This record gives sequence, C-alpha cells and structure tokens, in this order.
Amino acid sequence: MKIAVCIKQVPARDAVLRLNAESTWVRETDVSFEINEPDIYALEEALRLREKRGGEVAVCTLGPERAAQALKEALAKGADRAWHLDDPAFQNLDAYATARVLAAAVARENPDLVLTGLQADDDGFAQTGVILAEMLGWPHATIIMEIQASEKALKVKRELEAGWFQWIEMPLPAVLTIQSGINKPRYATLKGILAAKNKPLQKLGFEGLGLAPEAVSLRQKISKIYAPPKSGKTEFLEGASKEIARKLVEKLKNEARVI
Amino acid sequence: MGDEVLVFAEHHGGKPARAAWEALAGGQRLARDIGAAVATVVAGEDVAALADELAGAELSEVVALTSPLLRDYTPDGYTAALFQVIEQRQPRFVVFSHTYQARDFAPRLAAREGRGLIGDCLGYRRDGDRLVFVRPVFQGKLCADTEFVGEPPYFVSFQAAAFREDSVQRGAAPARVTSVAASLTPETIRAQAGEPFREAKQAVDLTQARAIVAVGRGIKGPENLELAKKLAEALGAELGASRPICDSGWLPMDRQIGSSGQTVAPHLYVALGISGAIQHQVGMKGSRTIVAINKDKEAPIFEIATYGVVGDLFEIVPPLIEEIKKKKPA
Ligand SMILES: Cc1cc2nc3c(=O)[nH]c(=O)nc-3n(C[C@H](O)[C@H](O)[C@H](O)COP(=O)(O)OP(=O)(O)OC[C@H]3O[C@@H](n4cnc5c(N)ncnc54)[C@H](O)[C@@H]3O)c2cc1C
Ligand SMILES: Nc1ncnc2c1ncn2[C@@H]1O[C@H](COP(=O)(O)O)[C@@H](O)[C@H]1O
Repeated sequence: MKIAVCIKQVPARDAVLRLNAESTWVRETDVSFEINEPDIYALEEALRLREKRGGEVAVCTLGPERAAQALKEALAKGADRAWHLDDPAFQNLDAYATARVLAAAVARENPDLVLTGLQADDDGFAQTGVILAEMLGWPHATIIMEIQASEKALKVKRELEAGWFQWIEMPLPAVLTIQSGINKPRYATLKGILAAKNKPLQKLGFEGLGLAPEAVSLRQKISKIYAPPKSGKTEFLEGASKEIARKLVEKLKNEARVI
Repeated sequence: MGDEVLVFAEHHGGKPARAAWEALAGGQRLARDIGAAVATVVAGEDVAALADELAGAELSEVVALTSPLLRDYTPDGYTAALFQVIEQRQPRFVVFSHTYQARDFAPRLAAREGRGLIGDCLGYRRDGDRLVFVRPVFQGKLCADTEFVGEPPYFVSFQAAAFREDSVQRGAAPARVTSVAASLTPETIRAQAGEPFREAKQAVDLTQARAIVAVGRGIKGPENLELAKKLAEALGAELGASRPICDSGWLPMDRQIGSSGQTVAPHLYVALGISGAIQHQVGMKGSRTIVAINKDKEAPIFEIATYGVVGDLFEIVPPLIEEIKKKKPA
C-alpha cells in the first residue's frame, strides 16, 4: 500500500507568540517550530500500516525552507521519501489553496491512501484534508481513531462528540484526517536518523507541480491578528506561593463556599 | 445572486440539534445586518416533523431536503444533496455550526462550489460595508479578523455558543416548508456510516462530582499525577484531565473532560496546567467556581476562571494542600 502523509510544521506549543509588523501573523523569526501534533500520529499510523501490509510511506509538506526539518524528522522515524513543496508563491495560503497545491503533488504519485492531521495548531482551519479529498475526487472520513485496511477498502473508527464513535467503510483510494491519541508515536532512533540522510527528499515548486496561476488564489484572508479581548472576569491572586494558597483557600471558603 | 442566508440545520434523534438553533440565531443576525432573507435547510430521509419544528423560527422558508440515501449522515450524501440546493438558490451566505458533522462535510461542499469556508468563527462585525469574521488561531491564544475574497456564496461556521439558541427569533406564523427531493444514486455514497456507539462503560461518572481537579500538559509527566491526586483528596474532588493526558495514557479516557470527553458542571473546578482550548472549555465552563493555575498569563483558561493564579503549579499546589487541610472543617 502506498501512503502519503501530509505534515505541517507549526510554532512549538510553548512558543511565545509575537505579532509581525503588519499584525497579520506571528513573527516567525522568534519561534521554534515542530511537527503539528496530529500529523505525528498520522505518520505513525502510516508507518504501522506499511509494517502490516507492505508498501511505502511518503511524507509531504508545504512550507518554507525551515519545513525541511519536519521532513527529515519524518524520514528518521521511518518514512521512505519526502516531498517539499516550497515556492515564494506558496506563502500565507488558505486551506483551499493549500489543498490545491497538495492535491497536485499527490496526483503525481497516485497513492492508495492519504493521511492528514485533523487540524493544524497554528491556523486551526480543520479543512485541508477534507478539501484535498474533494479535489482528488476521493472519499474521506474525519477525526479517525482506528484504521483497519484491506487491499481495496478501509474500515475506520470516527470519533463523534462526547465519547461516541462510529465505524465507516469506504473504498480506496481515500483521505483520512487523523485525531491525536490514535496510537503511541515512536521516537526516531539513531539508526533512523543516519538512514534518513540517504533517503530521497524532493523539492517541488510552482512550476514543477504544473500549477496554473489561479491555483494559489485565496478565498479568505486575514486582515489582522490580535490577542483576544479580555473579559476581566478573573480575579488574579498574587504574592508568594504560600500567600496565594492562603488567599485562595479563604476565597473558596468564604466567597465561593466550596470548601 | 439571491440575497439569502441559508442555514444548515443539523439534527440528531429526530430533533434539531442545539447547534441548529445556534446557527439559525447567527444566520438571522447576519441576514438582518446585510438585509437578506434567511432560510434553513434540513436533510434526511423523512424530515417533515423536523421541518415543522424549524418553521417556528422567523424564516422565509424551510427547505426539507429528502432522499432515502440521506437516512444516515454521510459526507458524500450531504455534500451532493446540499450542492444541488445551493446551485439552485445561489445564497449569499451558507451558515453552519462548527460541529463534528459540519467539520466533516462543509469544507468539501464549499470546495465543490469552488468557494471558501471561514470556520469556527467566534462572531463577526461590520466594518463599513465589509464583513469581518473573527476566528481563533493558535489554539485560541490569538484572534484573526478574516474576510472573504472573491465571489459568493460564502460559507461560514460559528463556534458552539457563538450565538445563543434561545436568541432565535420566533415567527408570527409558521414559515413555509418546501420539499425538495435530492437526486442521488447509491454510487454517490462511497463512505458508508455505521451506527454510533460508545466504548465499554465508563468507570467514573464525573458529571456527578461536586468538585474536580483537572490536570493538563503542564503536569509534565505521569510521575507528577500524585500531586494532583493529593490536592483532589484534600478537596474531596474527583480527578479529571485534558485530552493530551488521556492520549498519552497517563489517565484513562473516562477522565477526559471536553468536547470529545465528558461535560461537567461541578461546584468547584481546579485546572492545573491546562491552557483552556475551546474543546476543553465546552466541557467545563458551566462549573460554578473555576480556579486556574497556569504559568502563562495569556492562557485562554483565564478568560473563564473565577480565580486565577499565574505561576508554577509545582510551587503553588503543595502549600495549597496544606492550607486546605488547615481550613477544612474536620
Ligand atoms: C476535534 C477535537 C476534539 C478535542 N477534544 C478535546 C477534549 O475533549 N478535551 C480536551 O481537553 N481537549 C480536546 N482537544 C484538544 C484541545 O484542542 C487542546 O489541544 C487540549 O485541550 C490542550 O490540552 P492542555 O491544556 O493540557 O495542553 P496545552 O495546550 O499544551 O497547555 C498546557 C498548559 O500548561 C501550562 N503549564 C506548563 N507548565 C506549567 C507549570 N509548571 N505550572 C503551571 N502551568 C504550566 C502552559 O502554560 C499551558 O497553558 C480536542 C481537539 C480537537 C481538534
Ligand atoms: N502546509 C501544509 N503542508 C502539509 N500538510 C498540511 C499543510 N497545511 C495543512 N496540512 C495538513 O492538513 C491538516 C489540517 O490542517 P488545517 O486544515 O490547516 O487545520 C494538517 O494537520 C496537515 O496534515
């Protein structure tokens, strides 16, 4: 089974976020980056499917030069090949345009299965995998917590709200968006890191993908980002730890009456 | 271009979902603001009763979209059927609530129209003759003013509780219900859905707890759970957790609080090292008193906390346990 996994590099979870000069995004020079969390689970799932069923795992990212690091990590964990979609024209794309570029890359290779994360921690669109499926003309399922694959079909467990699930069956090829917690992701081994150096990492730009100019036209645009307005409802307790503890217990006892 | 706002009405178990009423409230507001009519569409095998119930809202029309192939929700079926309605009506806006179901098919539907979906919006505002939609980015740490580019129809989904379900305007008389038969063939529906089920019975029922101490990723490792347990004991509280704690297997799934776990409303909720992502908040914001201990003063949890402590939980919790033991009546 040939599997492609879309991974995105996003600012590290504990990064301190500062706005860029135009307040349209965060200042990327200030932060360190990591692979979007659900995408790590998606990669692990692909590696396990390959271990069970044979085939290969290709990882694909759209992003600037720094994003190559995400691909190297994925290769070190065991992915076979990597595609880096990098072009000045690929900056600040919305979910639709991102999916369009990813679709062009996927279509070149015709995998049986594409896995994405369910949502990126930075833009939070929660759309790219679903739009990708539409552009490829393939069926899809979202928020997946288990995959059972046969030669031509899939049975997957989809998470619903409030602890409910359902099984979905569909033919291949297909796109799945993967939820965090589906498995226990592996760490890269030293051997894996060394092996990664010899694995193919292919760069593809606008022209290499054969894209028409309108492929990267936007359907939505951020005009401004900012810290959420504060409701000012929270009463902050300050002081040394002991003092805070004393104040808090007093409030819980006398104001909130919960102890 | 029809000047219409078309609202998608989700339903479960033969009743409009709360999300449907919230989307209707949002759709009505939007329609008023742009001077458009507002209609709703409900899809299924037989939706007559649902359509009648929705018709109680102030609407220009309720579209009852039916086909035997729409008996169960599937993304293929809903996308194909709603696409037909949108092609025919050409609404200016199509409005959803940002539920699991909308996340599953609305991006696909918008893409089939070649259009964009601004998803998970907290709300919108008018800026001259522009409409600016506000959505969370970076897990709620920042907000993004977002605008549509290009031609309508514009697809938008609103976060849970962005509009109140009880703010839906009721109509003086029931709205007109129009039946539309979706033209679908069995081949349209490739992904087949099974019945919803729950995993093996939950061992703990956090919904009944009077007090909950919940831990998030700030607890660092499973070896530190003991500290949270001690605090819980001192308070007579149950232990709960954010999703990553359960994903990592540090606590069982039935301790998870949030949209994909339990929804709780205890008298006291203590959040230790939890950032307060929306998916966590929806499961606990009904708690009477919320205490948040987090070292990041910008953490979204502080938007809903009653009492906030900006600091390291490992420094605050031990003296807190001491104080509680001292103060608590024996
Ligand atoms: C479809 C979907 C469903 C989801 N369902 C749920 C759900 O049901 N429940 C849920 O919880 N999440 C759910 N999530 C995940 C959710 O979006 C967040 O990722 C998650 O809630 C974050 O958990 P956290 O706050 O523990 O971790 P983080 O967001 O990583 O936050 C950790 C916090 O700890 C603080 N911290 C670190 N060290 C310390 C210290 N020493 N002292 C004090 N504070 C410290 C940090 O400042 C930070 O704010 C869902 C996501 C999706 C997309
Ligand atoms: N630039 C990108 N490169 C590779 N994959 C991406 C990119 N953007 C989004 N994805 C994939 O789509 C998923 C959902 O992202 P989003 O729709 O932005 O929330 C992510 O978890 C990734 O798997």
